[in-house]
Amino acid sequence: MSGLEAVIGLEIHVQLATRTKMFCGCELSFGDHANVHTCPICLAHPGTLPVTNERAVIYGLRIAAALGCEVAPRSIFHRKNYFYPDSPKAYQISQYDFPLAGPGELGGIRVHRAHLEEDAAKLIHVGESGRIHGSGASLVDFNRGGTPLVEIVTEPDLRSAAEAREWAQLLRATLRQLDVSNVNMEEGSLRVDANVSVRPEGSGELGTKSELKNMNSFRFLERGIEAELERQRELIAAGEEVQQETLHFDPSDGSLTPLRSKEYSHDYRYFPEPDLVPMVPTEEMLEEARRDLPEPPAARRERYVSELGVSEGAAATLAFEPAYGEYFERAMGAPGGGSAAATAIWVTGELVGSLRQADAEEEPLASKATPEAVRALAGLVEEKKISNGAGKQVLAALVAEGGDPAAIVERDGLGQISGSGELEAIVDRAIEAEPEAADEVRKGNPKAIGRIVGAVMKESKGRADGDGVQKLILERLGQG
Amino acid sequence: MGELLELTASEAIERIRKRELSDDEYFEAYREAAAGDPLNAYLWLAPENHEQGNREGPLAGAPVAVKDIFCTEGVLTTAGSRILEGYRPPYTATAVRRLSGQGARLLGKTNMDEFAMGSSNENSGYGAVLNPWDPGRVPGGSSGGSAAAVAGQMAPWAIGTDTGGSIRQPAALCGIVGMKPTYGAVSRYGMIAFASSLDQCGPLTRDVTDAALLLSALEGRDPHDSTSVGIEGGIKLSGREDLKGLRFGIPRELAVDAEGIEAGVQEVFDRTVALIEGLGGEVDECELPHSPHGISAYYVLAPAEASANLARYDGVRYGIREPSEDLVGMYERTRAEGFGDEVKRRIMLGTYALSSGFYDAYYGQAQRVRTRIAEDFDAAFERFDFVITPTSPSVAFELGARTDDPLAMYMSDYCTVPMPLAGIPAISIPAGLAEPDGGGPELPVGFQIAGPAFSESGILDAAYALERAIGFDAVPERVSR
Ligand SMILES: [Zn+2]
Repeated sequence: MSGLEAVIGLEIHVQLATRTKMFCGCELSFGDHANVHTCPICLAHPGTLPVTNERAVIYGLRIAAALGCEVAPRSIFHRKNYFYPDSPKAYQISQYDFPLAGPGELGGIRVHRAHLEEDAAKLIHVGESGRIHGSGASLVDFNRGGTPLVEIVTEPDLRSAAEAREWAQLLRATLRQLDVSNVNMEEGSLRVDANVSVRPEGSGELGTKSELKNMNSFRFLERGIEAELERQRELIAAGEEVQQETLHFDPSDGSLTPLRSKEYSHDYRYFPEPDLVPMVPTEEMLEEARRDLPEPPAARRERYVSELGVSEGAAATLAFEPAYGEYFERAMGAPGGGSAAATAIWVTGELVGSLRQADAEEEPLASKATPEAVRALAGLVEEKKISNGAGKQVLAALVAEGGDPAAIVERDGLGQISGSGELEAIVDRAIEAEPEAADEVRKGNPKAIGRIVGAVMKESKGRADGDGVQKLILERLGQG
Repeated sequence: MGELLELTASEAIERIRKRELSDDEYFEAYREAAAGDPLNAYLWLAPENHEQGNREGPLAGAPVAVKDIFCTEGVLTTAGSRILEGYRPPYTATAVRRLSGQGARLLGKTNMDEFAMGSSNENSGYGAVLNPWDPGRVPGGSSGGSAAAVAGQMAPWAIGTDTGGSIRQPAALCGIVGMKPTYGAVSRYGMIAFASSLDQCGPLTRDVTDAALLLSALEGRDPHDSTSVGIEGGIKLSGREDLKGLRFGIPRELAVDAEGIEAGVQEVFDRTVALIEGLGGEVDECELPHSPHGISAYYVLAPAEASANLARYDGVRYGIREPSEDLVGMYERTRAEGFGDEVKRRIMLGTYALSSGFYDAYYGQAQRVRTRIAEDFDAAFERFDFVITPTSPSVAFELGARTDDPLAMYMSDYCTVPMPLAGIPAISIPAGLAEPDGGGPELPVGFQIAGPAFSESGILDAAYALERAIGFDAVPERVSR
């Protein structure tokens, strides 16, 4: 349906990979036996007090720096009150009106704020549905309770489900290279909720939004938002109103079901946490947070495009996938070879493809094809010493056995055929073999040339340069 | 044995150090004295030969009674509440660890108003504590068990907590010394929270010397409590016997013009002021214009914090649990069953004060009043070294006299509430005996000295000199043996 624009904002929870929890000394864990990483503090025994984990603050500052956020000189923790068994104190220590970091920006999307808080414990509902309603009993695993979290909230700047998914991927790439979190959606160390609404195109106002939870992969994030946008558009088309509610995404069938309002409609009664003093980052902490801050992916993509002339698509892959980015940087550090643009295409195209085919887990830098060799290969093709097709064969050989591309060209006789009598002879034989196609071309139908080109390539085993072959065929057929 | 129990803790420690007294004999004497417990001061008493660790240090051999609000590993800790019936904490509060680390021995856990909410100790889930001077009267609260045990010679000394007067008021009503230190002087780790921004641990003792010794053992920064800082330079008693060069301000709002101060209390107060002047101290009136609003601010802020602090008692992990068909039912039944009326009243007050739409009018406004009260004290301390008031407007009142009138009960803390709101230290020392309004046997009257933040040593010095001049040596008839 046209005329209604999507307005999407994301709320992202990032579990920090500190050694210990946010407010106690328990170690973080994933997949251990239930309730082994607990102490009187994270079980909220009477009389216990929280003490802020300084590493978590530094990690939070590092995220703030990477998102270009303004760091608050003084931020405070609040208590967010609600009764639920996943919250042993019956309040979550979070931040409210004085967050760690204020406005920032990533990839053209405004970041509203980033703040520190603690994760809830994990509820395991025993019974068929896996959710609290209709389950026979609920068990609590406090291992996760108190894990440090950074919550990042964007402005409602995203305009489609795909854009939201792409931005979330950019965020993950940005966070991954900071070494502060595992940022794994399946494991829950990266959790993305979406606030979704629609409004008439051109309107400056915001429609009533719904909040989508539990989309634990990028694909589900996109699907969930798409489904919700469609639902809202249908509601409005039917003359109904969108209700403000929280929707739970079910990955098994892609459905969205409202959480009972009783569970989630709260007056959280925020007030300043009296057990903690205000957080005032020292100059040392700020310095440590900024130290060795890697180039943000968005900036890297921009630099590859504008300074190195790399195509948009290849630049995005290199910038968002740090392993390929590093591979590319190494290749460009080699003393010679192809241009950045050509090398980028070989790395993000053929290399990514053949590594994925071989083994999804293989890291490019661990491959037998060295960055130096791939760049040299790009150079051979660029200088027309070998054809594009021959280049693919060389790359396959590099991935399979390593080595030097020039030596492989020599060994396998892959040097380009060009201009010489050899290529002309092959072209003439191909025209003879495809008389009908030749006639078509002579009559002025250039599309028919494909079959003749194919015959040339077949005979030359890919060593001929495609553009040159095409030109030569047209010349021979009087169409040049 | 009676003579043993009349010693101050410092005297007994000295004799133990000189091997004139066996620490076991001293401990057993108190254990026996406390065993009958006619005042209902104890909720748990150490068994015979109760294993205790360290016997070295400045407190070596001294038994100490600990308010049941402090967590003690493996030892019953209820905070006076039925909701924690049978709760044995997995860890020990820092304050208690510091005491045992310096040689003190845990004698027992003392009764208290439930979660420290009360001024008469009638709000305990385990029965009221009686005043050793008159068992028909209250000992004050909320550290009533600690005060009654010390005054009733069932403990040489004790620790308690003060949120709005909970150490000083019962000390006054029982005729002993009680001190609330500066907020942050003593760790709150392991001290069951009532109102986190106000709660502070302090000593209840027979005299000022003991208070100084016990406080010097308690104070100190604790990495487990981010709000703790300790007292720089520690506690030092100079032993001076005069008050020359010291200026004492009497705030009109809390003394001269205050309503509801009993005639007998006023008389003892005036007599004590004359003693101060006799010792060379300068006395003048001063102003704390916002202090009359202290009670109102306190009864917004403390319940607000309490409403969150007490939310963890949900029947899930410890304490009692009342089963129900569903989760909310379990929460409701457990809390309805486990909490007493006053606790419920304050949880409701505090929840309301924090509700969206009311936050600024109540919590926000109360915080602004709190800031004004602190500024009033700052201004007063530019002219004066100390501020002095009666500790309690009345002597110990009769059991049940105020239980149906929460506001009258709240006014018991009229003179003690402004200090914790400002975070400053204050002591109450016994200044004499007075008849209650309407007549009856004479009862103890407390005299309060407050000073700027971290002026504990100065306050104790002044209190020491004044204590000698007052010469208060009365003990309750029923315990004199
Ligand atoms: Zn823990």
